[in-house]
Amino acid sequence: MDKLLDVENVSISFTQYTKGLNQRDLKVITDLTLDIAEGEILAVLGSSGSGKSLLAHAIFGILPENANLNGKIKFKGKELSQEDKEEIRGKGIVLVPQSVNFLDPLMKISDIAIGHCDSEEEKKAKKIKQRKIFEHYNLGPEVDDMYPFQLSGGMARRVLVSTALLADPDLVVADEPTPGLDEKTVEETLNHFKHMKEDGIGVLLITHDIHAALEVADRIEIFYSGYVIEIARQEDFAGNGENLLHPYTKSLYKALPANGFEVVKGYQPLHGEIINGCPFYDRCEMKFDRCKEERPELIDVGNNKKVRCFKYEEGA
Amino acid sequence: MELIAKNISFKYPSAKKYLLQDVNLELDNKKIMGLIGDSGSGKSTLCKILSGYVTKYQGEVIFDGKPFPKKGFRPVQLIYQHPEKVMNPKWRMKQVLEESWDVQDGDLAQFGIQKSWLTRFPQELSGGELQRFSVLRSMNPNTKFLIADEMTTMLDAITQAQILDTVLKIVKDRKMGFLLVSHDMDLVDTICDDKIYLKDINAAMK
Repeated sequence: MDKLLDVENVSISFTQYTKGLNQRDLKVITDLTLDIAEGEILAVLGSSGSGKSLLAHAIFGILPENANLNGKIKFKGKELSQEDKEEIRGKGIVLVPQSVNFLDPLMKISDIAIGHCDSEEEKKAKKIKQRKIFEHYNLGPEVDDMYPFQLSGGMARRVLVSTALLADPDLVVADEPTPGLDEKTVEETLNHFKHMKEDGIGVLLITHDIHAALEVADRIEIFYSGYVIEIARQEDFAGNGENLLHPYTKSLYKALPANGFEVVKGYQPLHGEIINGCPFYDRCEMKFDRCKEERPELIDVGNNKKVRCFKYEEGA
Repeated sequence: MELIAKNISFKYPSAKKYLLQDVNLELDNKKIMGLIGDSGSGKSTLCKILSGYVTKYQGEVIFDGKPFPKKGFRPVQLIYQHPEKVMNPKWRMKQVLEESWDVQDGDLAQFGIQKSWLTRFPQELSGGELQRFSVLRSMNPNTKFLIADEMTTMLDAITQAQILDTVLKIVKDRKMGFLLVSHDMDLVDTICDDKIYLKDINAAMK
């Protein structure tokens, strides 16, 4: 069976002017691979500035003019061109944006949710559907006439989620849906994603919140300096992290306040500073000589798990 | 050294209801306190009042036995969640730092800041790197009390551990006061000696 979304070896770079008319190519995402099946939640976990929001932009075809996109993005087995993306976005694939800042501040909530309509009948039909979904998410009729600034954090989240579901999508991409919300609202938001999963919708959760990812995701993909360095199952994040493979993932897990709050030195290489070899080379405790010059590939270790590290190569 | 809030009430001019009502708080530099509350319960507003950035409120804030100085350096410094919003986008990082105090190489190293970053603009650094600058900037020798309003919410676990580890060392060294506002209960339980629920102190009065 074809996967719902299949992203293969995608890289994104930006053309920038340095001095005068000299240009340079700044690589931001070097190698990104992921796949989502129907009714599966995949979390992409990476720190801020690691380029994970660009992934969402690449899927929707809304990268800026100076970006170069390489690699394949397949939706239901079909490779997407820029035109396909424009056709499919808002229908097959929808985005749950980070905050109400993405809503038009001068439009009423129901008008935003319904969007463009060609005829009066279409508008009426959509209005009924919108009311039904809003009701399902506990948003009363009074919300329809509100403006975005009048919503509280949790309500805004429900509006964004229900607006996304209005199009009956196959895949939902959620970009940083949890930061800055209190525990109750986070839980509520995550429950929305669980419901989507039960309805057979694939969810791509882009986040840096490891708790949120562990709560709902089936698989978790760790993103570091523009690379996918590990794809782990949710149940691997347990105990002392002994089932996690990549050294970065291990130290990330141990740095959580509940798991020892361990401090690791160093910082993620910035864009343009990334060396030829493994991006984690500087901070790694188990490095070999070859890690410096040679870049490891993403190795399939079975059980739906992958890791980018020479340590797990066969015969190593 | 104590930071005391007496009967603080606050409402936005257009709002009917008070956001904070008769809040009483006593903080000092002996204990690291955590402040917890739901979204919209007024945590951030309370932080702004405690650090002297919001001045139109009822009640009193007393720091070290006196009200806040009217001008000059603020002894209570506030660190926000989004470092990119508190820096001049047209300044290089060196200027951003020097706006506050004369930072030595040792301080840079302590926060893991590379010297090559100093000539960059804020938009050329990631959130984790910017937050290091933001924290170091507020570590002026005249700072007596630090309020971290969701300081590490946007950061990954490793950067969070690095920054907080350094901050706590300095706080203990200089005998500063520290108030941590966070949603992350694990984090509050790990580093704070005691915690306050804003809902409780607010509701008790209503």
